[in-house]
Amino acid sequence: MRQRSGGGDDVAGRMTGQAVPGESPAAAGGVTSSRRPFGNALADALARLLQRAIALGDAFARGRALKPLVFVSSLLPLAWLVYLLFTGGLGANPIESLTDRTGELGLRLLLLSLMVTPLRFAIHRTWPLKLRRMLGLFAFFYVVLHVAVWSLLDQRLNLYDMWADLMERPYILAGFIGFAILLPLAATSTRRIARRMKMRWFALHRLVYIGAAAAVVHFVWLTRGDQIEPFVYLAILVGLYLIRFARMLKTA
Amino acid sequence: MLDWMKIAGIRSSEITDRAVFEQRRRLIRASLATGVGGVIGAGASAAYGKALPMPVESSEWTTDEELTSKDTATSYNNFYELGTDKGDPKRNADRLTTDPWSVVVEGECSKPGTLTLEDILAPHAVEERIYRMRCVEAWSMVIPWNGFALADLLKRFEPTGKAKYVAFETVVQDSMPGISRPVLDWPYREGLRMDEAMHPLAFMSIGIYGDELPNQNGAPLRLVVPWKYGYKSIKSIVKIRFQEERPETSWNLSAPNEYGFFSNVNPDVSHPRWPQSKERRLSGDAGGFAALFQPKIDTRFMNGYADEVASLYDGMDLSKNH
Repeated sequence: MRQRSGGGDDVAGRMTGQAVPGESPAAAGGVTSSRRPFGNALADALARLLQRAIALGDAFARGRALKPLVFVSSLLPLAWLVYLLFTGGLGANPIESLTDRTGELGLRLLLLSLMVTPLRFAIHRTWPLKLRRMLGLFAFFYVVLHVAVWSLLDQRLNLYDMWADLMERPYILAGFIGFAILLPLAATSTRRIARRMKMRWFALHRLVYIGAAAAVVHFVWLTRGDQIEPFVYLAILVGLYLIRFARMLKTA
Repeated sequence: MLDWMKIAGIRSSEITDRAVFEQRRRLIRASLATGVGGVIGAGASAAYGKALPMPVESSEWTTDEELTSKDTATSYNNFYELGTDKGDPKRNADRLTTDPWSVVVEGECSKPGTLTLEDILAPHAVEERIYRMRCVEAWSMVIPWNGFALADLLKRFEPTGKAKYVAFETVVQDSMPGISRPVLDWPYREGLRMDEAMHPLAFMSIGIYGDELPNQNGAPLRLVVPWKYGYKSIKSIVKIRFQEERPETSWNLSAPNEYGFFSNVNPDVSHPRWPQSKERRLSGDAGGFAALFQPKIDTRFMNGYADEVASLYDGMDLSKNH
């Protein structure tokens, strides 16, 4: 009897690092070779291909090329925005367009950075953690651009108007709260500072969940009632909250 | 400034400079000379440039502020039946069919009926009016509309004494991509009080820049009510109804705390999502790098037409009746 650690139903086993016998339980009588877990040549070949792709991806992610790749990818949207700006692709109202798009990018990257820890536990790997700080800082980068476009280009630093806006429109207040929370997080993002702060660093950085909530509320409040996008982000945020909460309960 | 202009309430700042006036007449004649293509309403004309097949007179209702370019005015639109992005109405312009077109006129009037577009247009001379158009989203344009006074159209149907309001409806066609989603309660509906509708400023437009209205701008005929926010200027009209009760209006139905019935441009009445004291003027070919550094301009009461229309609202609390 040949025991192979390949085969479709063994992929899950390998991912968790546990050895699983390579037997297909669907086999009628006797031992079936795990080379044909689906009993179908095409499905089996696809399963092996998927397995190989995952192995390659895993090896790449553990290597040194992951961070530079994510770094460049996070800058591509900015390059695209600059290109659009100079080719008229931002439309007749580029300030509004820029404000919207930088805000959206900041929010998306922030939510991505919050998905890192759940992903890490789901796939039983540690390489996602390498990306958490980078994604968080890029989120902050786009949020800074978003605030800069609004305050410098749209409001032209008219503090009177900006203050009135903040007071009269709750969604701007929510946005400012989000920005105010992200600021100290970005400022204390280096390893050296984290080492100096020790436990206080973890307490401070837990605020990111409030910051993300403020950002999502900002977006929900500013959009027209019929649009779905803000509610998609809301659903993602609630999902992330639930995962975090579940984890807290488990480790309590 | 001539005496009759003073009586009509035209400010000297609003008189078009003679040289500009003459140049515009030359431009309009030139555009008429080229491609007098098609009878009005022939085919879904997504491509603008179909000159109006009748002479266009200049009117006294003009502003001399910088025009928005035709490109900008026909590519940055809110026409949610054709999609909710600003560029969607132009992209999906071919999903609106404007030929054949008929308008139903009904309600409290002596001469109701169903009219074809030709019936509607026949008795009216077309004139040009350069109006400011202010969107509730705090941007504005200056557009040379072609058409005729709404009052002249409505008079033909002899509204009775019971007609306190006039209601309008936009077309709904299955081909329109936006109607499958209940962004608004279709069909798009708007309305005016009778005295607002009969005011000389209220305009029924059938063209812009000397050409037929492109589909994205509400072809083949639309309202232009320049002292109100742009959503009152209902597009692609298929129904006109004289009625006693205040008409339902689509934006008010969708968000009554945000949109009132009158919707007069008022820098002192804020919208929950936009401050209304300033606006971004989209002039010339708007957009590009330079546009990043343009300041906003102050919004004027009644979009700068207060001298002409403020008397309609004497005694009304405009923050309650917004």
